[in-house]
Amino acid sequence: MTAPRHEGRSARLLAGALVALVLPALVVLSLVTGAGEPGPVGSLRYLLSAGSVPDAATADTVIRTLRLPRTAAAVVVGIALGVAGCLLQALTRNPLAETGILGINAGAALAVVLGITYAGAGTGAAYLVWAFAGALAGSALVLLLANAGAATPLRLVLAGIALGSTFSGLTAAVLLGNQASYDQYRFWVLGTLSGVDTGALWFIMPAVAASVALALLVTRPLSALLLGDDAARALGHHPRVIRAWVALAATLAAGSAVALAGPIAFLGLLAPHAARAVAGPRLGVQCVLSGVVGAAVLLGADIVARVVVPPFEVPASVLVALLGAPVMIWVVRSNRLLRLTTSGGGP
Amino acid sequence: MDLVADNLTAGYPGHTAVRDVSLGVREGEVTVVVGPNGCGKSTLLRCMARLHRPAGGCVRVGGADVWRLRPRAVARRVSLLPQVPEAPEGITAAGLVRFGRHPHQGLLRQWSSRDEAAVTRAMADAGITDLADRRLDRLSGGQRQRCWLALALAQDTPVMLLDEPISMLDLGHQVEVLGVIRHLAAGGRAVVMVLHDLTTAARYADTLVAMRDGRIVDHGPPRATVTPALIRTLYGVDADILAAPGDGAPVVVPRHERAGRGGDAEESSADAGVAACTSEKGTPP
Repeated sequence: MTAPRHEGRSARLLAGALVALVLPALVVLSLVTGAGEPGPVGSLRYLLSAGSVPDAATADTVIRTLRLPRTAAAVVVGIALGVAGCLLQALTRNPLAETGILGINAGAALAVVLGITYAGAGTGAAYLVWAFAGALAGSALVLLLANAGAATPLRLVLAGIALGSTFSGLTAAVLLGNQASYDQYRFWVLGTLSGVDTGALWFIMPAVAASVALALLVTRPLSALLLGDDAARALGHHPRVIRAWVALAATLAAGSAVALAGPIAFLGLLAPHAARAVAGPRLGVQCVLSGVVGAAVLLGADIVARVVVPPFEVPASVLVALLGAPVMIWVVRSNRLLRLTTSGGGP
Repeated sequence: MDLVADNLTAGYPGHTAVRDVSLGVREGEVTVVVGPNGCGKSTLLRCMARLHRPAGGCVRVGGADVWRLRPRAVARRVSLLPQVPEAPEGITAAGLVRFGRHPHQGLLRQWSSRDEAAVTRAMADAGITDLADRRLDRLSGGQRQRCWLALALAQDTPVMLLDEPISMLDLGHQVEVLGVIRHLAAGGRAVVMVLHDLTTAARYADTLVAMRDGRIVDHGPPRATVTPALIRTLYGVDADILAAPGDGAPVVVPRHERAGRGGDAEESSADAGVAACTSEKGTPP
């Protein structure tokens, strides 16, 4: 009778360890790792001595203006993708849902391409604004289309897929005639954290903070929706209103992520499954843990991205897939894969 | 607090499921709705729980039109045990029952000792205290059904609507759960339930409501209502009505010869009921 209690406790312990140990360790590792000078030893000495080392000026520049924003961005984007993925899977009751599903990534990509081709967008800041606007617009269109009747999970998924394909088609059509745009777009679409600066971070932080706060408020009513719409309404919930708020939170989070780092696939799928495997069926705990897992995996991927083929960098999105796959395989193999919802009918 | 349906008409595009039904349930009474598959029982219950907006007429709880109340206000007065509920995999029995406290919690108002007490009492009443930490998806159908009943109990409402609360229970658990329901009514709650088995319905109902084709064909105390004529009207089956040796409650014994259609509809009521629910659910909302 006490077994599940132990399970819950060990899950919380593991989650606590992840927050308290792994994430800070990765943050330090991220600050001392880079393709150029200062190396790990020099960086660590700089960090520990608070700036009183011989080549403090270089270290200061590199760590403060390059590695720190990049590390912060990896954490922020990881949290955003993890939380958004968790919300979207519960919202659509679809374990395959990830942050691309509401047309968010496709909308961002189309907007970036339009910006490059017709508005001369060429800087990181310009990409950021176009991508963010495109993500919000894409998601808004999907929600509008799905809400025309009643926004059931199936409608949401299908509207997302339909509009996502339309956006991708338009993106391809625009790119076909513009070699120059394509060359720029190619770098954006391979999600990376290498170009992030403090300005971009400050621009996107409020949106991520708002989305996480909103996510924490909506998880309780959202978890009731997993009992089915009838049961949720019998408990006094308002499925359509809840879905709208959840979609808003997920859109803000995923839109921020794609604006800051470009499209990073797989993380929004992996993090919620890993979180569910550890945290069990409680949605609030799942969402928090999903954010933490997202941050840890993305940060780890970004660190490896800087060191595998120095002095070049592999886009973090590529490494997320490589590093994330083993985690996902563990989840699948360990029999801990939990379905989001099951009919109460059969055993 | 009483629940009244007034000249209720409701349905789905192209299909009227409930036609001009009026029904009142009072505190301390158990009302049982019976009728053949597709007679509009579930739609009636969904209307009374504010899940389905009627095309005509209205539903009032404690004198107030449910559609003028906020959903949460209705959920504090009326609870519903749905027919084929679903739940997240891995959830524990206690985890499920805790959902019953949602109507009593706000966006920020957290779990209180009152909630804890209500959940503990609900699980004790439904006889699932021992199952509290067990995973719902690893319980038997009957245990699971009692968990869902406990959820509705934890909602702690003066009116309870139960859509086939015993469809998956064995005889022992049926008697146990129906005993709990009678006990709740004795404690002052108004209970409306849909049952498939007429004999059980007749035994546990204060008022029996018989529906067919969306209309109420008869209603009243079971002993006066359950007649061979009613059985024939509802199911097209000839039946004898016996009096139970203990208390004289009517017992329905269908005859083997067919009257209008399938003569064994009554015997396989439980299974037929479950299958029918699924197909009823399948109709577009």
